[in-house]
Amino acid sequence: MNMKTTHTFVEIIRKMSHLHIVVGTLFVATIYVSFCNLAFAESSFLHVSDYTVSLFGKYLCYALLALAVDLVWGYCGILSLGHGAFFGLGGYAMGMYLMRQIGDRGVYGNAELPDFMVFLNWTELPWYWAGSSSFLWMVLMVFVAPGILAFVFGMLAFRSRVSGVYLSIMTQAMTYALMLAFFRNEMGFGGNNGLTDFKEIAGFSLQDPHTKLGLFVVTAIALAIAYWVSNYIVKSKLGAIITATRDAESRVRFVGYKPEYYKVWIFVVSAMIAGVAGALYVPQVGIINPGEFSPLNSIEIVVWVAIGGRYTLYGAIIGAILVSYAKTRFTAIMPEAWLFALGGLFVLVTLLFPKGIAGALPGVARRFGLDANTNDNKTNKNNAQSEEQGTLKAPRAGGQ
Amino acid sequence: MKLKKLIAASSIIASSLMAQVAVAADTIKVGVLHSLSGTMAISETTLKDTVLMMIEEQNKAGGLLGKKLEAVVVDPASNWPLFAEKTRELLAKEKVDVIFGCWTSVSRKSVLPVIEELNGLLFYPVQYEGEESSKNVFYTGAAPNQQAIPAVDYLMNDIGATRWVLAGTDYVYPRTTNKILEAYLKAKGVKDEDIMINYTPFGHSDWQGIVSDIKKFGSAGKKTAVVSTINGDANIPFYKELGNQGISAEDIPVVAFSVGEEELSGFDTKPLVGHLAAWNYFQSVESEENDEFIAAWKTFIGDEKRVTNDPMEATYIGFKMWAKAVEKVGTTDVDAVEQAMIGVAVPNLTGGVAVMNPNHHLSKPVLIGEIQEDGQFEVVWETPDTVIGDAWSDYLPSSMNLVSDWTAPIKCGNYDVKTAKCSGQNF
Amino acid sequence: MRRFISVLFCCLVSWYAIADDDVNTKDSTAASSSIDSELIELVNQLPNTKLNKMQPLVENIAAIKSHKTREVLQILLAGDLYYLKSDKTLVNAQKQNDGNYQLTNILTDEALAPVKKRAIRKIRSNNRLRSAIRSFIAKIDLTDDDKSTRYGAVEQLLEKPSQETLDTMRSLLPLEKDADVANLMQTVLLIEQLKHGKIDEQLSAVAGLKSSLEPVVLNTLSALSEELSASEKTQEQEQLLTAMSKAIATIESKRSNYKFIENVFFGLSLGSVLLLAAIGLAITFGVMGVINMAHGEMIMLGAYTTYVVQLVFPNLIEYSLLIAVPAAFVVTGLVGILIERGVIRFLKGRPLETLLATFGISLILQQLVRTVFSPLNRQVQSPEWMTGSWQINPVFSLTFNRLYIILFAIMVFFTLLMILKKSSLGLHVRAVSQNREMAKALSIKSDWVDAITFGLGSGIAGIAGVVLSQLTNVGPNLGQAYIIDSFLVVVFGGVGNLWGTLVAAMSLGSINKFLEPITGSVLANIIVLVGLVLFIQKRPKGLFPQKGRAVD
Repeated sequence: MNMKTTHTFVEIIRKMSHLHIVVGTLFVATIYVSFCNLAFAESSFLHVSDYTVSLFGKYLCYALLALAVDLVWGYCGILSLGHGAFFGLGGYAMGMYLMRQIGDRGVYGNAELPDFMVFLNWTELPWYWAGSSSFLWMVLMVFVAPGILAFVFGMLAFRSRVSGVYLSIMTQAMTYALMLAFFRNEMGFGGNNGLTDFKEIAGFSLQDPHTKLGLFVVTAIALAIAYWVSNYIVKSKLGAIITATRDAESRVRFVGYKPEYYKVWIFVVSAMIAGVAGALYVPQVGIINPGEFSPLNSIEIVVWVAIGGRYTLYGAIIGAILVSYAKTRFTAIMPEAWLFALGGLFVLVTLLFPKGIAGALPGVARRFGLDANTNDNKTNKNNAQSEEQGTLKAPRAGGQ
Repeated sequence: MKLKKLIAASSIIASSLMAQVAVAADTIKVGVLHSLSGTMAISETTLKDTVLMMIEEQNKAGGLLGKKLEAVVVDPASNWPLFAEKTRELLAKEKVDVIFGCWTSVSRKSVLPVIEELNGLLFYPVQYEGEESSKNVFYTGAAPNQQAIPAVDYLMNDIGATRWVLAGTDYVYPRTTNKILEAYLKAKGVKDEDIMINYTPFGHSDWQGIVSDIKKFGSAGKKTAVVSTINGDANIPFYKELGNQGISAEDIPVVAFSVGEEELSGFDTKPLVGHLAAWNYFQSVESEENDEFIAAWKTFIGDEKRVTNDPMEATYIGFKMWAKAVEKVGTTDVDAVEQAMIGVAVPNLTGGVAVMNPNHHLSKPVLIGEIQEDGQFEVVWETPDTVIGDAWSDYLPSSMNLVSDWTAPIKCGNYDVKTAKCSGQNF
Repeated sequence: MRRFISVLFCCLVSWYAIADDDVNTKDSTAASSSIDSELIELVNQLPNTKLNKMQPLVENIAAIKSHKTREVLQILLAGDLYYLKSDKTLVNAQKQNDGNYQLTNILTDEALAPVKKRAIRKIRSNNRLRSAIRSFIAKIDLTDDDKSTRYGAVEQLLEKPSQETLDTMRSLLPLEKDADVANLMQTVLLIEQLKHGKIDEQLSAVAGLKSSLEPVVLNTLSALSEELSASEKTQEQEQLLTAMSKAIATIESKRSNYKFIENVFFGLSLGSVLLLAAIGLAITFGVMGVINMAHGEMIMLGAYTTYVVQLVFPNLIEYSLLIAVPAAFVVTGLVGILIERGVIRFLKGRPLETLLATFGISLILQQLVRTVFSPLNRQVQSPEWMTGSWQINPVFSLTFNRLYIILFAIMVFFTLLMILKKSSLGLHVRAVSQNREMAKALSIKSDWVDAITFGLGSGIAGIAGVVLSQLTNVGPNLGQAYIIDSFLVVVFGGVGNLWGTLVAAMSLGSINKFLEPITGSVLANIIVLVGLVLFIQKRPKGLFPQKGRAVD
C-alpha cells in the first residue's frame, strides 16, 4: 500500500458518519456470514457454522434491545430498569403466533389449542389469543403490545413528573409485576414453562439451518433500520428537544414545550424497538418464558449500554455484543469462575472507561488520525456536562 | 491507562482462542449441562460433580470402547434460553456424544427442540411431571406414578389421612402432580371440601399465613396430611414455620417430593422429625452398592459430611446404563445407543435392578422415608415391587389414551391407543 | 444505646436458659430404685421387634405401672433409644460434640463408655407409634405434680379420649387445684356429655362449651348440628339446635377476631423483615445516593457470618445470635467500607455508574461465597429461645422468632435514627449529604464520612442477614430475593427519609398479608406492585417527600 491509497482510505473513513460505519459493518458481516455459511463445506476453515449463525443472531437481538435502552437513557435521561418487559411482550406476541403454527402437531394433537391449554382443561382459546395465528396480527402485536404498555406507563409517570430513581424503580416494579403475572398458569401464557416447542415460522421450519440464517439476516436488517431510525430521531429537531429535556427539563418547560409528551413519545418508540428485538429473539432461541421479565435481566441490559458507552448509539451495540460474547465464552471456558470475570469486567470498565468503550474510541481514533467527526465530539462534551449535573439527582439529606 | 486497555483487550482475545485449542484427539466426550451459578446452582452443582465422579471412575476402569472419557462442563447459569444455546454449543461445536443435564422442567423444555434437531442424547435425572417422551431423552428420575401416587396411598392406608392439603410452588411440576393427585383422590372418594390446594411463587419465604391456614384446615377433626410439591428454596422457610407454629408430624404429616438429604443438610431437622418424603433412593438405605457409592462420593468431593440424594442415584443409573449400552453396540452413535438402551438393566443403589423401559423411563422401587434428627431419612414403607415409570398419566383426561413406546412397530413417544395415531413428533 | 440493647437481650436469653434448666432437672430427679421384672422383659424385646409389631408391645409396656415406664417411653419418643449391637443392651444415647455417643443404660441408669455411631442401632419408630406413645405418656402424666405437664396431658387426650381416660378425668377433676387444667378437663367431659348425654345434659353442655375455643369443640358442635338438622326433630331438639347454632356463631366470631389479630401480626412481622432488609439501603441509597445493587449481598454476608459464628462456637448456639449481630455488623461494615474506598469513591457525582459497578460487585461476592462455602445452603441453627410459639389460646399463637424479629427491627430502627440525629457522626453524615462543599469548608472530612456512612448502611444490611438466617435459606442467592423489595420499600417511603422507610415497610407487609388469604400469595404480590406503581404517580416522591430547597 503506498502513501496515497492509505491517505484516501483515511479520507474515506473520515467522511463516513457513524451511521455509515454501523450499517456498513452490519451489511458486510451479514453477507460474509451468509456466504461462508452456505458456500463452504463444514470442514472448511472458512465455514461459519450454524451454531455461530444462531449465536450471532441472538447477539444482534440483544444489540437491538440495547439500542432501545440507549435511546431513552442516553438521549432522554430515562434510566429504564424495565425494558425487559417490552422485550418480553414482543417475544410473547411472537411466541403466541409460533404456538398457533404448531397446529395439530402438538403433544396432544389439538388443532385449536396449544398443549398447555389442553393440559389445563381449557376448551377454547381465551379472547386475547384471538387472531394469534395470523402473521400480520403477530407483527402488529409486536409493536402494539409494548407500545401500549409504554404509552400507559409513560403517560402516568411522565405527566406526574416521576423522575430519577423513582422512575427507575417503578420500571423495575413494572417488569417484576409482569414476571409474577406471567408465572401464573391462569394467565394463559404457559406459566413458568412459557411457550416452547415451536415448529415453523411463516411456513419455514425452524429446525432448518436456512431458516436460522434467514432469521439472522432479518435481525441484521432490523438492527440497521432501527439504527437509522434512532439516528434520524436524535439528529432531528425532535431529538434536540429530547436531549434538552434530559439536560434541563424545567428550562424546556419554561420555553413552552411540554417535555412529558416528548418523553412519552420516545419511550414508546424505544419500547417498540425492544418489542421487535424480543420477537426476533424467540424463534432463534426457541423459548419464551417469564424469566425474560426478571428485573435482573433488565439491569443486565443497562449494563451492556453502560459498558458500550451510553451517549452513542453504536456504543450500545458494541456493549451488548461484547458482554454477551464474553458471557458465552466465559461460561464455557471457566464455568466455575466466570462470574468473577464478568463482575470484574463491569467494575473495571466503570472505573477505567467512564464513558464506556465507545467513549474510549475517539481517543484511539485520534491517535490513528482517523478522527474528524467534530460533531460527535461536541455531543460527547455536552453529554459529559449533563452527566455532571446529574440526570439523576442524588437524593440529599438524612433522616428527618 | 494504555496498558490497562491493552490487557483488557488481549485477555478477551486470549480467552476466546483458548476454547478453540481444547480439542483432544481420541476421546469420548460427555457434556455436562448443569447450572453452576444462579438460583439452581444449589441443586445442580452436586449433579455436575456426580457426573465428573462417574467419568473418573469409568476412566480408572479403562474408559469406554478403549477410549478415555472427557467431560465438557458448561454453565447455563439457571438461564433457560442459555440452556438451549449451551446445548447447541455442546452438540454442534464440542460434538459431545452424550449430555447429562438439566434440573427444572423449563430447562428441559428449552433444551428439547435443540437436542431433537441435532439428534443428541440427554439423560435427565430429576423427578418430573411426565407428559413427555422424546426419542433423544432418557428420563431417569421419577414420573408422578413413581412418587406421588404411592405416597398418597401410604398416607391414606397407613396413616389414615382423609383430608388433604396440596401445597406447591406455582409451576408446571406441582400443577401437574396436584392435578393427577386431585383426580386420584376424588376417584378414591375424597370430597371437594376435604381438599385444599395452595400455590405460592418461587422462593416464597413468608409462610406464616399459609401455615396458619393449614393448621386451621387440619383442626377440623379429620386426619389431615399435606402433600408438598414446594420447590427447593422455599422449603426451609416452610418447614421452619411448621416447626415454630407447632405442627408436628403426628398431627399433620407433610410428605414432600422435592425435599431430600441435600435440601435438609442446610437445616436443623429436630422440629421436622417424622415428616415424610417419597423418593426412589435414600442415603440411609443399607446395601453394598450404596455404601460403596457413598464412600466414593465422600472421597471424590473431599468432605465427610456431604450427603447423597435421589437425583444423584438417577445420574448414577443413567450413566451406568449409557456405558452399558455403548459397550453393547460398540459405538456412541446416538441412534444405535438409543435402541440399545431399552432393556438395559443396572443394579439400584437401594437393591434390586433398574430397567430402562421402551418409554425411556425407568422401573424403580418407591420408598417413603421419615425425616430423622440427623437430616437423614428412615424408610418406613416401600413398594413390594419396582414401579414402571409412566410417561403419560392415566389420571389426566388429556393423556389417558397416550402411551410411549420407542420400540418397533410403534416407535413413538406420543401414541394414541384409541386413534392409533402418533402426534407431536419433530421428525 | 447498643450496650443497653445487648444487655436487654442477654437478660432475655438467660431467662430462657433458666426456664429450660428447670424442666431438665425435673426429668433427671426421677430416681430409680427397683425395677419391675415384667418391664425388663418387655423392654428387652424392643430390639427384636419389627416396626409394625411395635404398637402392641409398647402398649404392654405402658400398661405396667412403674416409675420407669414413663422414662422408657419418653426416651423412645425422643428418638434417643438405641441398643448396643454387641449384646443388645438398651441405652439412652446422646450425641457428643466429638461425634461419639454417650450412653446410659436405661434400666440401671449406669453410664457406659462413649462409642461410635456404628456400635449402636436405633430403636425405630414412626408417626403412628409416636402418637400412640404420646397418649400413653399423657395418661401417666394426668397425675403429674407439675401443672403444665398435666395441662399438656389433658390437651393430648382432648381429641379422642378413651373410656378409661374419661373415668380417670372424672375422678381427678374434683381434686384438681389448677383452674386451667380443671377447665380443660371440664371441656373434655362436656364434649363427652354433648355427644352421648340426654337432651337436657346436652343443652347444659352447649352452654358450658360456648366459650371454649378448642377446635374439637367447634368440630363436635358443627358435626352434631349438621346431623340434627338433617333429621326429624322434636321440640327439645329444635331448642338444642338453636343453642348449638348460637354457640357456633359465638365461637366463629371469636375465631375471626383472632384471625384478624393474627393477620395484623403477620403483616407486622413481614413488614419488619422488609424494614430490616431495606433500612441499610435507606442509608446507602437514600442518604448517599448510591444505587447499591450489592446491598442484597451484604445481607447474604451477614447471614454467612452467623453461620461462621456458629461454626467457631459450636457450644454457644444459644448465644450465637448475640455474637453474630455485632460480628455481622463489623464484617459487612468493613466490606462496605472496602467497596466504598475501592470503587464507589471514584464514581462521585455519577450515581448511575454506581449501579453498574455495584452490580459487578454483587456478582463477584455471590461467586466468592459459592467458591468459599460451596453453592449449597449452609446450616444455621436456631437457638432454643427463637423456636416455638406463645400459645395464647387454642386458636391464636404468636411464634417467638417473629415476635423477637419485630422487636429487634424496631430497636435497630430507633438506634439508627438516634445515630443519625443525635450523634456527631450523624450530624456529619447529614451535613455531607446536604452540602458537601460547605461541609468540607467546615473541616468535615467528607471522604471519611462517606466511607463510614456506606459502612454503616452495609453493616445494618449485615444485621438483617443475621435475622434472615433464622427465617430462610443461607445460600448464595439469599440477597437477590430481597434486593428488589428493599428498593421498593425505600422508594415508596420516600428516598432519604427513615420514617418513610418504616411506614412503607410496615404498610407493604400488612397489605400483602391481608390480601394473601383473599387472592393467594402470587396475586397479592402483583396487586401490591401495581398499586405501588400507581401510588408513585400520585406522589412522585414517595410517602414522605423531602421538602424545601434541597429537593431540586
